[in-house]
Amino acid sequence: MMASESTQPSPPRTFFEEVMAKTPGGEALRLCLQCGTCGGSCPSGEDMDYSPRRIFAMVEANMKDKVLRSNTPWNCVSCYYCTERCPQEIPITDIMYTLKRMAIAEGLYEDADAPDWSQTFIGLVEQYGRSFELGLATRYHLTHRPLGKLRLGTFALDMLRRDRLALTPRPIKNMAQLKTILSKAKELEGAR
Amino acid sequence: MKYAYYPGCSLERSAASYHTSTMAVAGRLGLVFQEIDDWNCCGATEYFAINLLPAYALVARNLALVPNDLTELTAPCSACYVNLKKTDKYMGKYPDLATQVNQALVAGGLHYDPGRLQVRHLLDVIVNDVGYQKVAEQVVKPLSGLRVAPYYGCLVVRPGNGFDNPEHPTSMDRLLRVLGAEVVDYPLKAQCCGGHMTQISADVAYELIRRLLHNAAEYNADLIACVRPMCQLNLDAYQSNVNRHFGTDYHTPILYFTQLMALAFGMSAKEAGLGSEIVSAHVALSKIGVEMPKQEKGKPRKRPNKQALPMPTMPDEEA
Repeated sequence: MMASESTQPSPPRTFFEEVMAKTPGGEALRLCLQCGTCGGSCPSGEDMDYSPRRIFAMVEANMKDKVLRSNTPWNCVSCYYCTERCPQEIPITDIMYTLKRMAIAEGLYEDADAPDWSQTFIGLVEQYGRSFELGLATRYHLTHRPLGKLRLGTFALDMLRRDRLALTPRPIKNMAQLKTILSKAKELEGAR
Repeated sequence: MKYAYYPGCSLERSAASYHTSTMAVAGRLGLVFQEIDDWNCCGATEYFAINLLPAYALVARNLALVPNDLTELTAPCSACYVNLKKTDKYMGKYPDLATQVNQALVAGGLHYDPGRLQVRHLLDVIVNDVGYQKVAEQVVKPLSGLRVAPYYGCLVVRPGNGFDNPEHPTSMDRLLRVLGAEVVDYPLKAQCCGGHMTQISADVAYELIRRLLHNAAEYNADLIACVRPMCQLNLDAYQSNVNRHFGTDYHTPILYFTQLMALAFGMSAKEAGLGSEIVSAHVALSKIGVEMPKQEKGKPRKRPNKQALPMPTMPDEEA
């Protein structure tokens, strides 16, 4: 991923190196000062098991299991405040995405809600080329604590009444092309 | 001024009012938006959490589909905008990523040279390419007396998107002022609404939404103007849930900035795409004399049959 790798690719050895290698520009993580600006800027930081600053120290200490089992990356709302403010220009939001990917790949996440949501969303995109909100909502919410979400029924009715919810998916024309591109990309990703 | 236009999935249905008003306003301002033929979803904030290369390839297909005679691409949705912009930027910055993304694109007969397109948010195009002056010339019905809180959210300005301050943006403030509105300058205007958290971890999202509604209400805003479908959905469609969750009573309509532009340009409520918001904008917009399209009334709630309740009566009331 990094420009330096193209000259001399070497397989990452530690968890820390793996996280950096799997993130575009991830090498900057070495520069973390542990200043805590990230956590202080995070709108959902108080709901995280470990603050972003702490997570980066844990990544550097190769505490793979604890990091990937934590809810920290899943509570990242992709607002980019931390990325914007980081004095060392670490692409923090991208690193959170990397931790999510690794947690899914290793099956280490504890709470399945967020990973399932992402996967259901993308499953429909891979099928139709565009998002399909009603399909997403029904597939996801009926399998994730449906009784706690009865109020979403009124939400769906509100949306339907105002014609804001499509009842059927509208696939793109060239699905074959998109599927070819994505499967090639997956193949390349597997070989990285 | 001609641009490739990437509407994004939300604008097809759940945020159709954003699309309608954007097109109406673009026409007045001499902007020509040519929709990318057969565009696909940008992956929102979800695909990067699952796969890296496929996520960039998904976005890059849209960039590759832009006809060669167009050099600028605009997106009204901030999340689509960030994904498109970031993919172009990262492909330029990380040659290995560009090579692999293009290997995937080539499998589908496509190719994209990073840097070929300038990716712009609709707000950027309107305030910087059209300019405040030209917008002002179109205003025939100023939004006088309407207190509007501009809500930028995150992705229109972060990460470092360049056209406005990433923490204290002002471009929409100025635009709304040009439309004649009283602009509410409130501290949380670029804070997060929680994004997809309303679906995954509602408590986290509700608190973020509550802060925004509370802050706008503290400054007596009549309504909030926004630039992204997800923010609109969270603040509008989940406002009643937030009220129930916290015992609050917010009633703040959430409109797209383009809808307010259309109204100030003298267009009808229908042309401005009004009427599909869950929190009615009726009261707020009556301040500027806008007649709202009639909304379908919901079925009246069933009331319990009073006679069915065996209410005790005093003995001397009998007979």
